Amino acid sequence: MTAYVVRRLLMLVPVFLAVSVVIFLIIHLIPGDPVDNLIKIGSGPEQRAAIVARYGLDRSLPEQYLIWLAGLVRGDLGTAIVAQRPVSTLIAQALPHSLALGGLSLLVSAGVGIVLGAVAMRYRDGPIDQAIMGGVLLGSTLPTFWLGLLMILLFSVVLGWFPVSGARTWSSLVLPVLTIGLAGTALVVRVTRIAMIEAAQKDFVLLLHAKGLPPSRIRLRHVLRHALTPVVTILALRIGWILGGAVTVEVVFARPGLGTLLIKALNQHDYPVVQACLLMLAMAVMLGTLVGDILQAAIDPRVRANLK
Amino acid sequence: MGLLEVDRLSVGIGRLTLLEEIAFEVDRGEILGLVGESGSGKSLTALAIAGLLPLIGARVTAGAIRFDNTDLTRLDESRLRKFRGRRIAFITQNPMTALDPLQPIGEQVDVVARLHLGLTADVARSRTIEILTQLRIPEAATIYRQYPHQLSGGMKQRVVIAMALAGEPDLIVADEPTTALDVTVQAQIIHLLTSLVRERGLALVLITHDMGVVAQCCDRVAVLYAGRLAEQQGVNALFATPAHPYTHALIDCIPKDGMARDSLTGIAGSVPSVAHFPPGCRFHPRCIGRQSVCETNVPGATALPGGVVSCHFPLNGDQRHG
Repeated sequence: MTAYVVRRLLMLVPVFLAVSVVIFLIIHLIPGDPVDNLIKIGSGPEQRAAIVARYGLDRSLPEQYLIWLAGLVRGDLGTAIVAQRPVSTLIAQALPHSLALGGLSLLVSAGVGIVLGAVAMRYRDGPIDQAIMGGVLLGSTLPTFWLGLLMILLFSVVLGWFPVSGARTWSSLVLPVLTIGLAGTALVVRVTRIAMIEAAQKDFVLLLHAKGLPPSRIRLRHVLRHALTPVVTILALRIGWILGGAVTVEVVFARPGLGTLLIKALNQHDYPVVQACLLMLAMAVMLGTLVGDILQAAIDPRVRANLK
Repeated sequence: MGLLEVDRLSVGIGRLTLLEEIAFEVDRGEILGLVGESGSGKSLTALAIAGLLPLIGARVTAGAIRFDNTDLTRLDESRLRKFRGRRIAFITQNPMTALDPLQPIGEQVDVVARLHLGLTADVARSRTIEILTQLRIPEAATIYRQYPHQLSGGMKQRVVIAMALAGEPDLIVADEPTTALDVTVQAQIIHLLTSLVRERGLALVLITHDMGVVAQCCDRVAVLYAGRLAEQQGVNALFATPAHPYTHALIDCIPKDGMARDSLTGIAGSVPSVAHFPPGCRFHPRCIGRQSVCETNVPGATALPGGVVSCHFPLNGDQRHG
């Protein structure tokens, strides 16, 4: 198992390199450059050339890439061209907020989603199932930013339970986490329910009943366990999405975070910041997939057997 | 009166009747063979005895299943569970899919004794290893910790049998326990089941479509066709003087020594599906001895010296078709 994890981590290195090339090229393919945001109105071509030279933007793309990569290897993400601060400082400020929001949202989707999915499966086709699945349909079709606004209106403005925006206190996390978490919950409910219905039709479940085991125990210890495999896959895929895709929610709740930082940097063509943000998101996706695979192996002995 | 008495049992799904008036008995130390082609209702009968019909959305519509003088069809689910796995054990058709792939073998056997006999984890464990050893599973202590995918088909079926024995049952219902196995392993498993019945005085309902297996180990045979009982007799009488043309045709399908190549016979046609059961005797479209009455009237049960047959024109020893 340890050998497997080490091997998987090593396999991330080439993926990481490929991703870094793609990220670097994409950002440089976008028309415009950060210099436009820096030079004062009325400055001449010489001043522009000086700034371009200062940030190495006059060199060829491969050269610029290698300089960036060399910095990365040393742990140096460079200096933000427009913001004029070390990129690592900007990331260090944004990342904890994103991790808290993303991590908690993931926990909410997983916890609430699996419980509701199992309940819906238990009362399949009955009123409880239909109520849950109706709520799920609503939850997955509502745009998150709109849901966020509605929540602010109800819980902050009308009821006054939670702050409207910001990230100063833990209570300011509640609404954004619920907003993102609900969308994920809808997905997890559906996958859990379907996977459990499918697993309940397997042969071995019949034999479990024949052994005289109580149905509730069969559902929780056997059927649900089988259903967790696809659920874990879905959740692992969402890790990266939640870290970066939370940007609309971050904007609605005026929260700092990777998403907000990325959008701002993109608008200013601040290459080093954009590259660093995208790299963080790519790494989140890669690590998320890895965690998902490790969990699969923990659940299923057949997966473990294939690792050797 | 037998340990298990299936009395004019009918089973249905929705408005369809799948089984009609099935009747047979099994006593301790006895093996009843339940035979018939696919679709004749053998597995459904097994599920009915184990009280598992609700799982497939079916229910008992008439008749009784008396087990040790208790009518199982009248018990609610929680009281039925006290029988299931404890006094009535079930062995399914395909050992490849019968075990939970995510749980170690040992735990799957342990749970029966822990649940029904109230054994502690340690006692259940040593008992499981003992049962596995009795079933001639080599290195039972190692197998105990292994997962189903690490075992061969024959080994898995032995584990399924161990699960059945763990509750110290009085009756085992085995639904084609050897169909999915290699021929050599088939013989071992049949031998194993037979010796369990003889040594421990269990009752066994052995569902099979293999007439060879029936001849080899069963005491009595019930032949099902399209959801009805065609014939029930002691095994020797059944093979010597089959009374139902269907039984006769099934016996004719067994390959015999000295048969010429390509002379293997079959029964023309196939078992009709529930929605297309013919009127009258359900076997009449495939019966070579049919008369016009067979097409309209359902044959009643006629008593034989040691059994019963449902046919308007039952065969006797000297008047055989074919």
